[in-house]
Amino acid sequence: MPAALEVVLRVAAVMAAFLVVPLVVGQMEHKVMAHMQGRLGPMYAGGFHGWAQLIADGIKFVQKEEVVPRAADRPVFRLAPIVALVPYLVALLVIPLGPGDLVGEPLDIGLFMVLAVVGVGIVAVMMAGWASANKYSLLGALRAAAQLLGYELPFVLAAASVAMAAGTLSLPGIVEAWRPWWLLWQLPALVVFFIAGLAEIRRPPFDMPVADSELVFGYMTEYTGLRFAFFLLAEYVGIVVISALTTVLFLGGWKGPFADVELGWLWTLIKVFAVSFVIIWLRVAYPRLRADQLQRLCWLVLVPLALGQLALTAVVRLAIA
Amino acid sequence: MTIADVLLLCLGAVATGAALLVVTTRHLVRAGLWLVVALGALAGCYLVLTAELIAWVQVLIYVGAVVVLLLFAMMLTRAPIGPSEDLDRTRWPGALVGSGVGGGLAALLIHAYRWSQVETPEAGTAERIGTEIFRAWVLPFEVLSVLLLAALVGAIVISRPDIGAGHQGRTTSHGDRRPIGINSDNGAGGEETPAAHRSDHPDRDGGEP
Repeated sequence: MPAALEVVLRVAAVMAAFLVVPLVVGQMEHKVMAHMQGRLGPMYAGGFHGWAQLIADGIKFVQKEEVVPRAADRPVFRLAPIVALVPYLVALLVIPLGPGDLVGEPLDIGLFMVLAVVGVGIVAVMMAGWASANKYSLLGALRAAAQLLGYELPFVLAAASVAMAAGTLSLPGIVEAWRPWWLLWQLPALVVFFIAGLAEIRRPPFDMPVADSELVFGYMTEYTGLRFAFFLLAEYVGIVVISALTTVLFLGGWKGPFADVELGWLWTLIKVFAVSFVIIWLRVAYPRLRADQLQRLCWLVLVPLALGQLALTAVVRLAIA
Repeated sequence: MTIADVLLLCLGAVATGAALLVVTTRHLVRAGLWLVVALGALAGCYLVLTAELIAWVQVLIYVGAVVVLLLFAMMLTRAPIGPSEDLDRTRWPGALVGSGVGGGLAALLIHAYRWSQVETPEAGTAERIGTEIFRAWVLPFEVLSVLLLAALVGAIVISRPDIGAGHQGRTTSHGDRRPIGINSDNGAGGEETPAAHRSDHPDRDGGEP
């Protein structure tokens, strides 16, 4: 059955990307942060500039003992890291890498589906925070819930603006419709989407839920070993998903200065890593936002901006139609 | 039976089972988590029926927002780990109403359709639903949006004491302007905010944790 074989191949390819790209981003974070802070970063593992550091980390995590607190809700506690990981894997399925058929599963309403499943990640955070039976974990989970419920709105509104401009919810369709001048037209949406996306994956400066200086490590405090590694992996896959979505929606996906068809996948990857670089850069550059600043930014800046962009998109779209 | 039928049956069983666990489990938070499973299985049913948009709307709205809000509220108030023995449930009335509605609907549908074959229109893609809503059903759609807007305004009025019914001529300086009450997890860190400067009045110290 060639059709079934194709499905298996596609899923395997997405799975490979799911396992490799986040590791590259993780290694990039080690090295980029180190250089920005004037230190060396990993140098020994693997010999050449510590290229094997993350593999060593992974082996270390596998070897560690898995501790479940006595008061914890065992099944929920153990399930949470997997629930955190699965939505991003599903999201990667529909993000196109290049023109034609270079996508895990071409879906008519891919954008909508990605937004829906990314929103599920918060359930995992709440599960982890609550089931740990630890007040810091619970506080972290509550902060995460408040943050994600708020930022979901500008996130979806900004994405809706692009869908409106392109007249389709399909991710390859949006890239197909994209033109370079959209960079200017959709600039507010790009900014809103990127900031809200950062908040969605709880990266600094939006890491109130983790806040290691006040909450130990937020909802991940009680996790050890492989399950903790799953949470970390989820964070890096989150970076990849947000970068890829920003690329596909706002930066023209596989469109580059030349050879769109042959080198499309390369343009996409370059853009994804460039956006990931900016995400890492922001971690180094900005201090953590406090909970009230976080909510003010969301409700008083991002949401009005996104609504304004939606109106602008509608007007321009009607004008050129 | 086709594969779709089998899938639909399985997902339906999962949804029903999870829903039963929601109302029978003694673990408060787990009831909320079972609700996630039930709603997710329902979304799966929609997917099998090729109503993709509805399925993802279900995930986005119910799993991603409604249940999260529910869990959030529960964890803010009381979320014990382990079984709670002091839950009071209206077992018999609940069982009666639930089975009555379920059985009644099932009987009605079976009676209405029997074994007749119905020509289904093409799958419910986003494009088709959009066309239908904004051509044939635009008036109900707009009326619904007015209803939602009214609910939004109502929620704001209730949650803001300075503009609610009880303000009796006070100035708007009462209370800060944060849209939702995120102060609960704010700890001692929330003192130097711009909002704090703006609403600097005696009530504030008593009103916030």
